[in-house]
Amino acid sequence: MGDIRVMRDDLLPPAPAERRHLLSVADLSRDDIERLLATARSFARSLEREMKKLPTLRGRLVVNVFYESSTRTSSSFELAAKRLSADTMSIKASGSAVDKGESLKDTALTLGAYDPDVIVMRHPQIGASHFVAKVTTAHVVNAGDGKHQHPTQALLDLYTLREEFGRLEGLHVAIVGDVLHSRVARSLIQALDLVGARTTLVGPPTLIPRGVEAMGCETSTEIGSIAAADVVYVLRMQRERMLEGANYVPSLREYTERWGVTPERLRSGQKVMHPGPMNRGVEIDPRVADAADALIETQVRAGLVTRMAVLYDLLTSGPVGVKAAQLTEVA
Amino acid sequence: MLFSKAAPGENLIVRGARVLDPAGEVDGVLDVRVDNGTIAELGSRLDPNSHRIVDGERLILAPAFVDPHVHLRTPGREDEETLASGTQAAAAGGYCAILAMPNTDPVVDSASVLGSLAEAAQTEADIPIGFLAAISKGQEGSELTEMAELADAGAAGFSDDGRPVMAPGLMRRALQYGAVTDRPLALHCEEPTLSRSGQMHEGAVSAELGFAGYPSVAESLMVERDLSLAAYEDRPLHLLHLSARESVEAVRNARAAGVRATAEVTPHHLCLTDEAVRSLDSNLKMNPPLRSVDDRAALVEGLRDGTIQAIATDHAPHARHEKDVPFEAAPFGVTGLETAFAVLYTKLVEPGLVKLEVLLRRMSTGPAEIYGLPVPRIAVGEPANLVLLDTQAVWRVEEDGFRSRSSNSWLLGERLTGRVRMTVAAGRTVFEA
Repeated sequence: MGDIRVMRDDLLPPAPAERRHLLSVADLSRDDIERLLATARSFARSLEREMKKLPTLRGRLVVNVFYESSTRTSSSFELAAKRLSADTMSIKASGSAVDKGESLKDTALTLGAYDPDVIVMRHPQIGASHFVAKVTTAHVVNAGDGKHQHPTQALLDLYTLREEFGRLEGLHVAIVGDVLHSRVARSLIQALDLVGARTTLVGPPTLIPRGVEAMGCETSTEIGSIAAADVVYVLRMQRERMLEGANYVPSLREYTERWGVTPERLRSGQKVMHPGPMNRGVEIDPRVADAADALIETQVRAGLVTRMAVLYDLLTSGPVGVKAAQLTEVA
Repeated sequence: MLFSKAAPGENLIVRGARVLDPAGEVDGVLDVRVDNGTIAELGSRLDPNSHRIVDGERLILAPAFVDPHVHLRTPGREDEETLASGTQAAAAGGYCAILAMPNTDPVVDSASVLGSLAEAAQTEADIPIGFLAAISKGQEGSELTEMAELADAGAAGFSDDGRPVMAPGLMRRALQYGAVTDRPLALHCEEPTLSRSGQMHEGAVSAELGFAGYPSVAESLMVERDLSLAAYEDRPLHLLHLSARESVEAVRNARAAGVRATAEVTPHHLCLTDEAVRSLDSNLKMNPPLRSVDDRAALVEGLRDGTIQAIATDHAPHARHEKDVPFEAAPFGVTGLETAFAVLYTKLVEPGLVKLEVLLRRMSTGPAEIYGLPVPRIAVGEPANLVLLDTQAVWRVEEDGFRSRSSNSWLLGERLTGRVRMTVAAGRTVFEA
C-alpha cells in the first residue's frame, strides 16, 4: 500500500511554480529594469560575434500572437527567440480562427494546449494580455494591448537612452504628440518615472489625457517647451485610432504646423526618438528623422536585445545577471 | 401594480428578534405573529398555537427590501435571467418586491408585451414584480409610447433605462403627457456625445490605463437638463443610478427649490471607486461607471441626508461567455440582488459611514414611496413583508451560490458580514437559509 501511495505522489504534477509575465511597466521594480537592461547588454555583446545564435532557450516554444499589424515588434520578437534557439510560431488574426469569430479565450486555450513556454501577444483591446495570462499556463509578454501598455517598447527606449547618455537618472524627456491614444507613451512615462528621469508631455490639449499628471509627468501645450529636454520623443499621430468626427485636432495640417517636430524647433545636439512607424511630414519632419541626432535605428537594434533579455528573464530564475554572463562564455 | 404567484398567506411567529422598523419607529426585542400572511400581533412570549415558530434570537427583523431597478432579461435573454430565477435571487437578497426595467427584446413598449409579462409573473414570480414600460417606442427616443394604456395595463412607471431620452423636446412631452398617469418617469441620465465609447470614469485611472473616459459631466449635464424641464413643467421625476457629485448637488438644490425629484444609487457606486478598475476585471464594468473617491463620498452623503431616497441594485445579469473577455469587449452591468444588503452592511454600516436604520429605510421605504408601492411595515394589520437579518454572519461570495442565472458579480471571492436568513414576501416565506 505504501508503495502505491509513493507512486501516486510521483504521478502528481509538480506544484505550479509562480509564473512570471511582462504585462505592464507598472508591475516592474527599478531592480527589474536594471536587471533586464544588464541582460540586454550582455546579449548585445554576444551578437557582435560571428556566431550570433545562443543555445540558451533550445527546446522552448515561443508563440507570437498578433491581432494587430506590426512590423518591428513581431519581427524583433521572432528574431529574439531564434537568436536564443527557441522554437517559434507566429499567428496573425487574419487567416486564423479569429476570423471565424473565435473568442480570445478559446484561441488562448487552443494555443495553450501546445504547452508554449511564452506567449507574446498584441491585441487591440486593453487587458487582453492580462486575460490570456489568466487562462493559460504560459508566461505572457504584452506586445501592446490597445491604448494601455507596450512594456518592451519602454524597456528598449530606456536601453537606448542608457547607451546614448550613460545614465537615466535626471534625464529630461519631452514626449510629443498623441498621448491619449498611445500605449507607448503610457509605458514610457511609468518607466521614466521609475528610473528617476523627468518627463514632459507636449501636444494639443485634446490629446493629453485628463489626470495624466498623476503618473509622474508634467504637461504642456506649447511646442516650445521641448527645447528644455535632453531628448524629444515623437509619437505617431495614430490616424487609425481617430474616430470619425471626434475632432481631436481640426486637421493634420494644423497639427503639423503647430506641433510637428522640425529642425527649427530643436536645439543642436538634441536627441530625437520615435517608436515607429513614422508619418514623415506629419509628426516628424523628414530632416529630423534622417539627422545624425535621431536615435530611431538604434531603438530598433535595442528592440532585439531587449526582447531577448525579456524572454530569457521570464524563462529563467535566480540572479539573471550572473547567468547571462556564463552563457556568453558558453557561446 | 405588482404581479406574482397567488399563494395563501402563512401562519408563523418570529420569536425574540430585534424588531426594527425605522419608518414605523419600532425598535425592540419582540415576537411577531403572522396570521394568514398578515401581521396580527407584536408582543412577548406569544402563544404558538399551531403557528410555525422561527427563532429570531440575535437576529434583526426588518421590513423587507424593495429594489426599484432590476433587469430580468425577459423576454429575449432568458438564458441570463427569468422571472423565476430573478425573483428567487431577489428573495435570497431579502426583497419583497422588485421593479423590472423595460429594455428587453422586445422592449416593453406596448400593452400586449406588458400583459404577457404580467401573466407570466402570475405563474413564475416568487415575489411581486412591477414592470416599467418604455417612455419612447422601442426606446428609440423619437415617439412616445401609449402611456395611458400602459398605465392601465399595470405599468409601474416609465423609463428608457439603458439609454437617455436624448431630445429635450421629447423629454418635455413625456413630462407633460405623463401627467395622464400617476406613474413616475425614471431617467437614465447620459449625454451620449460626451460618454461616447467611454469605458470607465474619466480621470487619473483612465489616463493611466488608456481607457476612453466617460466623464462625470456626461451624467450631470443631463441631470441638470431634466431637473430644469421638471421645474418648468412642475412635474415629478426620478433619477436612476446617480454616480457623480455634481448630480447629487443638482438634485439637492432642485429639491430645495421645490422640484419633486427623487433619486437612487447602487451598492457598487456606494462602495467602490474607479481605482478598482485597475484589476481590469470585466465585472467592474458598468454604466454609469465607478467614479472618484470624491464622487463616492458625495453619494454616501446624499444617501445620509435624504437627497437620495433609494438604493437600487441595477441588477444586470450577463451570460458568462459575454463577460469572460477583456474589459473593453465586455458588456456593461453587474448582478447585485443577492449581495446588496451584505455589502452595504460591510462597507457602509460596519465602518460607521451610514446608520443601519438609514440603510434599511433606503432599501425599503424609500423606493416603495417613489413608485407609490405599498410600503413594507411591521405593524398590526399590515401584510407580512419581512426580512430576518444576521448581522454577525460572515460569508464568502461564491459563484455557485447564486440563485440568479448569471454570476457576473463584482463581489466574487469577497468576505462579507451580514446575511439574509429569511424573507417573507406578501405573507409567504420565499427564502430561508
